[in-house]
Amino acid sequence: MMQGWANIPISRSRTARTSLFFVALALVCLAMADIAITTANPWQDLMRFFWGVMTPDFFSSAGLATALLRTLAFAFVGVTLGAGAGFLLALVYRFRMVRTFCAFIRAIHELFWALIFLQFFGFHPLTGVLAIAIPYAGIFAKVYSEILDEADQEPRNLLPSGVGALSAFVYTRIPDCWEQLRTYTSYRLECGFRSSAILGFVGLPTLGFYLESAFSQGHYSEAGAVLILFYVLIATIPLWVRPRMLPFYIVAAPFFLGDGMPIMWGNVRRFFTEDIVPAPLRETSSEAFWPWLSDLVVNQALPGIWNTLLLTQMALVATGVIALLAFPLISRHFGNRLSRTGGHVLLVIARSTPEYILAYILLQLWGPSMLPAVVALALHNGGIIGHLIGRQSSTIGLRPDAPRGLMRYGYELVPRVYPSFLAFLFYRWEIIMRETAILGILGIYTLGFYVDSAIQNIQFDKAMILILVTALLNIGIDGLSRRIRRCLALQTMPTC
Amino acid sequence: MFKKILGLATIAAAMQTYALSAAADTFVFTAIPDQDETQLIERFGAVEAYLEEQLDVDVKYIPVKSYAAAVSAFRNNQVQLAWFGGLSGVQARRLVPGSEAIAQGVEDPEFQSYVIANTSTGLEPMDELSEDLEGMTFTFGSKGSTSGRLMPEFFLREAYGEAPDEFFSRVGFSGNHTRTVRLVEAGTYQLGAVNYKVWESGVEDGSIDTDKVQVIWKTPYYPDYQWTIRGDVDERFGEGFKDRVTQALLDMDDPELLKRFPRAGFIPASNEDYAPIEETAEELGLLN
Repeated sequence: MMQGWANIPISRSRTARTSLFFVALALVCLAMADIAITTANPWQDLMRFFWGVMTPDFFSSAGLATALLRTLAFAFVGVTLGAGAGFLLALVYRFRMVRTFCAFIRAIHELFWALIFLQFFGFHPLTGVLAIAIPYAGIFAKVYSEILDEADQEPRNLLPSGVGALSAFVYTRIPDCWEQLRTYTSYRLECGFRSSAILGFVGLPTLGFYLESAFSQGHYSEAGAVLILFYVLIATIPLWVRPRMLPFYIVAAPFFLGDGMPIMWGNVRRFFTEDIVPAPLRETSSEAFWPWLSDLVVNQALPGIWNTLLLTQMALVATGVIALLAFPLISRHFGNRLSRTGGHVLLVIARSTPEYILAYILLQLWGPSMLPAVVALALHNGGIIGHLIGRQSSTIGLRPDAPRGLMRYGYELVPRVYPSFLAFLFYRWEIIMRETAILGILGIYTLGFYVDSAIQNIQFDKAMILILVTALLNIGIDGLSRRIRRCLALQTMPTC
Repeated sequence: MFKKILGLATIAAAMQTYALSAAADTFVFTAIPDQDETQLIERFGAVEAYLEEQLDVDVKYIPVKSYAAAVSAFRNNQVQLAWFGGLSGVQARRLVPGSEAIAQGVEDPEFQSYVIANTSTGLEPMDELSEDLEGMTFTFGSKGSTSGRLMPEFFLREAYGEAPDEFFSRVGFSGNHTRTVRLVEAGTYQLGAVNYKVWESGVEDGSIDTDKVQVIWKTPYYPDYQWTIRGDVDERFGEGFKDRVTQALLDMDDPELLKRFPRAGFIPASNEDYAPIEETAEELGLLN
């Protein structure tokens, strides 16, 4: 299909061809997608929102401090359990079954896990903890195993024969990987804070709970206070998350989860043996199953998949554009110290605001369509990639007589960072899709919309099938992205 | 060292509250989040205090973020009493055999939804839904709402013979009634369906700008909100507890408290009162 392009000189490079293909695909999606600002006064609302952030009200709700504490506690417990389980899984990651299992659990978004657990654990801390721990275990398993695989084999070979497998592992493999394991885990903890905060949107007592209430009522100063608290929390991580303090936090965190409502195990059994069994099978008429399933697929799964893919492809390319525009903001080859500091602040805000929160805010301000979602996904992910390649571009040494300004950007830097830029972008493809699906909960007609509708109708059988579809789609995109990266010989480190 | 001691003390304190709160048997209730949270917390905070005084047990209200969460909490016995809408009540009672509708508002047997329109549409109040609405944008309230979704959708389908998302150019779910009014007022959606009680109290207290949004159509009457209680509360809180709760709800006569619902008072209800809602929901595929 791309044969025709072979005559155009630029298309000789595989990288350029792939890029152009994705841009063209996004433009086609754009033509078919629902993109609009439907509010009468979007800018007025946006100004009111910014004014709210400028005049934060930290004391309107007594629960805010508790919410902050819960956000931290859920994240610490969830990430700790996820890391522990992930490490154990990483040791047996060579088995195909383990890899498939991990791919599956991480393909389901934290919010979907939370929605599932809410149905039988209800408002118990375990709901929030497991919603983080389970997908994180899948991610940790994958990344840990990659890190362990890349460890230097030499020390192991030098050991005398007769050394046990465990000793060999602990004394040769771990020391070599320790730094990387530590860096990745602490990075993941930051992701955990974000995940924990958005769990509030489905009713758990974290910061998202207050943000949603304040925002939906137009109390922008309260919403501003929650956002500022959140940014401060993320920005000060290096100050208070110290290796020596970590054991203390981990031991203390379980006691600050709150008590919620008691768990009733009968509810758990009921969920697995009745609720998620497709309705026609429950009533023993198994021939009714196929019409039921095809109705679900035709009217919900397919439209959901279609919209999810449309939005994902647009968001992917928009992310790339934002990242390429944003990285000079922090690159040492452009601007001065002051402008770079400003750039850093902008990118920190963009990347530490979860897409879900950004999309929620923009949807409130601009009205429902795919536009707020595309912008939210592009800002967050573009902020992350822009930060990473901006940092990388600063390590590049330029000749003293190198061109300046636009020429420097176009001819010196972009070509040098482009491969890693693409690697990050394709790595995040799957992440963008996971988020796209979940944004449906906010009312965009992606898969999450149909999952949420099924849950609102107390039809968990339908919800589970749709979540399964979402997971499979995600696994498919993950596989495709890996093939493209291999094909273009792109390498990257994991981001969240 | 000091930090460590402080830390340990905090942990001990936290553990203590943990143990205490788990021990007492508290009567917990919830409500569908059909309006802004501030309004819900004011309303149900007052009900919490009232019931505690009347029943002589610890009573607690827990706020939830969705209609389904209210139903699930009731089903999972994490709450024993709930202020449901017509549809959520039917869902809950189907899922919890033995549960009962025990009280409803004086207005609830003859409830209504209003279709509201931004004045920029130029639409005038009408007796029959007109074809002029075709192609406009429309928002429901919550997906699980009776007055904000189920009944308006039913009457729209009846009038136009097709699904709302085919007749209108864009269909959304605002989340609750307060938001529906706000979105139509702001012009985000041209039309919306809203609980008539929420509309009228908003007009009365001046929070709705009737120059920007007005009622263009009223649905026929149907039964809506009710208090529903689990069947097993007598076993847990003592013989006759259900009757005492019912009586307490029916006796609620503090005008301040009633105004927050807003209802004139409460009257007895039964599960059969909501049969029309059940049929409609089955017809629309919202109930299995």
